[in-house]
Amino acid sequence: MANPKSAYSVSSKKEKSDTHIIVVWVDNESGVLARVVGLFSGRGYNIESLAVAEVDAKKSISRITIVTTGTPQVIDQIKLQLKKLVPVHKVADFKRNDKGVIFKEMALFKVVGSSLKIKKAINACKKYDAVILDKTNKSNVIQITALRREIDKMAKNLRKFGLVSVSRTGAVAMTRGDKVFN
Amino acid sequence: MSKLYTGAEIVFKCLKDQDVEFIFGYPGGAVLPIYDELKNHNTIKHILVRHEQGAGHAAEGYARSSGKPGVVLVTSGPGATNVVTALTDAYMDSVPLVCISGQVPTHLIGTDAFQECDTTGITRPCTKHNWLVKDIKDLSKTLHEAFRVATTGRPGPVLVDIPKDIQFAKMSYSKPKVEKKLNGKSLNHFLQKDIDSLIGLMNKSKKPIIYSGGGVINSGPEASNVLRELVELTGFPITSTLQGLGAYPGDDNQFLGMLGMHGTYEANNAMHDCDLLINIGARFDDRITGKIDEFSPKSKKVHIDIDPSSINKIIKVDLALVGDVKEVLKGITKTLKKKNLDLKKSNKQQIAKWWEQIQKWRTKNSLHFKNSDETIKPQHAVQRLYEFTKHKDTYITTEVGQHQMWAAQHYKFNKPNRWMTSGGLGTMGYGLPAAVGVQIAHPKKLVIDIAGEASVLMTMQEMSTAVQYNLPIKIFILNNQYMGMVRQWQELLHEKNYSESYTEALPDFIKMAEAYGCKGIMAEKPDELDEKIREMVEFDGPVIFDCRVDPNENCFPMIPSGKPHNQMILGPSEKEENKITGKGKALV
Repeated sequence: MANPKSAYSVSSKKEKSDTHIIVVWVDNESGVLARVVGLFSGRGYNIESLAVAEVDAKKSISRITIVTTGTPQVIDQIKLQLKKLVPVHKVADFKRNDKGVIFKEMALFKVVGSSLKIKKAINACKKYDAVILDKTNKSNVIQITALRREIDKMAKNLRKFGLVSVSRTGAVAMTRGDKVFN
Repeated sequence: MSKLYTGAEIVFKCLKDQDVEFIFGYPGGAVLPIYDELKNHNTIKHILVRHEQGAGHAAEGYARSSGKPGVVLVTSGPGATNVVTALTDAYMDSVPLVCISGQVPTHLIGTDAFQECDTTGITRPCTKHNWLVKDIKDLSKTLHEAFRVATTGRPGPVLVDIPKDIQFAKMSYSKPKVEKKLNGKSLNHFLQKDIDSLIGLMNKSKKPIIYSGGGVINSGPEASNVLRELVELTGFPITSTLQGLGAYPGDDNQFLGMLGMHGTYEANNAMHDCDLLINIGARFDDRITGKIDEFSPKSKKVHIDIDPSSINKIIKVDLALVGDVKEVLKGITKTLKKKNLDLKKSNKQQIAKWWEQIQKWRTKNSLHFKNSDETIKPQHAVQRLYEFTKHKDTYITTEVGQHQMWAAQHYKFNKPNRWMTSGGLGTMGYGLPAAVGVQIAHPKKLVIDIAGEASVLMTMQEMSTAVQYNLPIKIFILNNQYMGMVRQWQELLHEKNYSESYTEALPDFIKMAEAYGCKGIMAEKPDELDEKIREMVEFDGPVIFDCRVDPNENCFPMIPSGKPHNQMILGPSEKEENKITGKGKALV
């Protein structure tokens, strides 16, 4: 949603929306996720996916990765508003097409059917680091790690091979090379 | 081992160390231990309100008129939910409040216990930050942190939720830490280079304007002094937002009056035609900008603000100086003087034509209204009130609506912190409790709530508070029997369908005043107004003044919805040509 926050006037100049990955380092305290998510919903920003976990148990710091879309002005606001939250330490922002950053999502597929179909399903998953996590005569649980659109595609393709259930994470991100975001 | 204190004792030790003198509050089951402790602390006075919303607004009035944070104490459940409007109001207008709320004991949290609610959940979007203290070890640290968050950077409300068992639990007390930086967030991010480029822009400008806001007031009285110095040094015209009134003297010749939806013709046209716009501590609110696409189309824009997220939020600017207004302005005036740039002289030629243009706009006399011998015009009433009170150091609060705009237009403020009004949230019922808070902070000063009869009825119960503490507040009601601003919009936008905006069965305000134990005065005719106002001002005690005004008067000038600054309606005669149509109707 790229609407300006004024009820008085709607700007007719429409800027182009881009997908961004926002990474937020926060104190791992109760309610912190609600603060971050509430900021997005309260100001009408999008969350396409969300991944959060503690990354530093000693300092009690969690890393939240949010995929969002917005015009440059909206993305700037998201970053600045996030930085104002008391438990937020730092905020990083990457464009989806940034070559210097790795983005990954994980998905679990449950395939039920004949062994032939299952085989075909496993084959189709091969290029995405497929791991078989569970195996029976009639079923398989396959794990892949890939980009969002690749997982979207696989979820569609596997239907004909007996896909019955999909579970997937939000994206996580890390810069390439030896640089660390500060 | 250091001495152990109960949670309730720790609360008071913290308040003492934070130099708190007054708490606005209302007791209840979940804060009883704190109320029990009150008797042992005679440096802290508790003001008992009649409704928790009143406590919140009173604390806002206290904070805005004194520059110190307002402290609120309420119980769990309904106590906390009642204060939400005041917290949201304080958040929108950047007022430092510390709200302490009781909560059910920790072992009952989440069980839907009596008077339980998710207070931190409910207040999360309307506070700068809030805390639920689940461990007595965290209590003193959290309270000190609460004061720090409320008062630093862009000020705002915070809330600390304290379960009842924590108020009983015992722990040692820790003093506030000296200046710990919060996650490395420092406040001043501007460089000398930025100041130099601003001065470059000022030198080149032929049509400059300064647009100052509530940030100047929040930055402290010194900021207003430096602002005055800057305006003097540069010779630039200055306009102000609703919240910024008083930072610059309202009767000075360089002051163009308030800008925005009900601002003056000269201020709005100057905003539209200028080539350099310097925003000092304001946030390009939609009541100010009008149509964004056509907002000040020809100007270079400079924004000085302490909050980085205010920059480029609504209006893209060419130069941003993030920092405390006082520090930034000091930097500018210092550089101006050091470079010995006497802009006033050198620029005089350059901006002389601009001033000529402004004088032309001024001749429109946009605040003009047709006075009457028959009925009291509300504008006239505000002007008379001003004449009778301008030589005293008067503090004005307002409710929300037409009377608020008339007060802003016709009452001239010469000092900061003298004008308390709900701008961002537009809370009807703000003014009366705010006046209570102002009078607490300034017991010897004249405090007047310029009110509307509809607004004031929303928090009228606080008259009882005023009487209890001998607070001589004056409630000056411009009584037109309508929700005037609603009626005005219905007239302009909804074909005079005055749907539910007329109040039948209004109370007799004089009897009401007497019932509360204060004085009631009524004025119906213009020729008795002066005498009655004098009677009100001279009376030593709270007064409810029922000023019966013309019910059909509208607030002009006005930028209609969806229109830019240079298309104002100046008065009733112009209404027809400038009819609001199409999209403008849908906007609020």
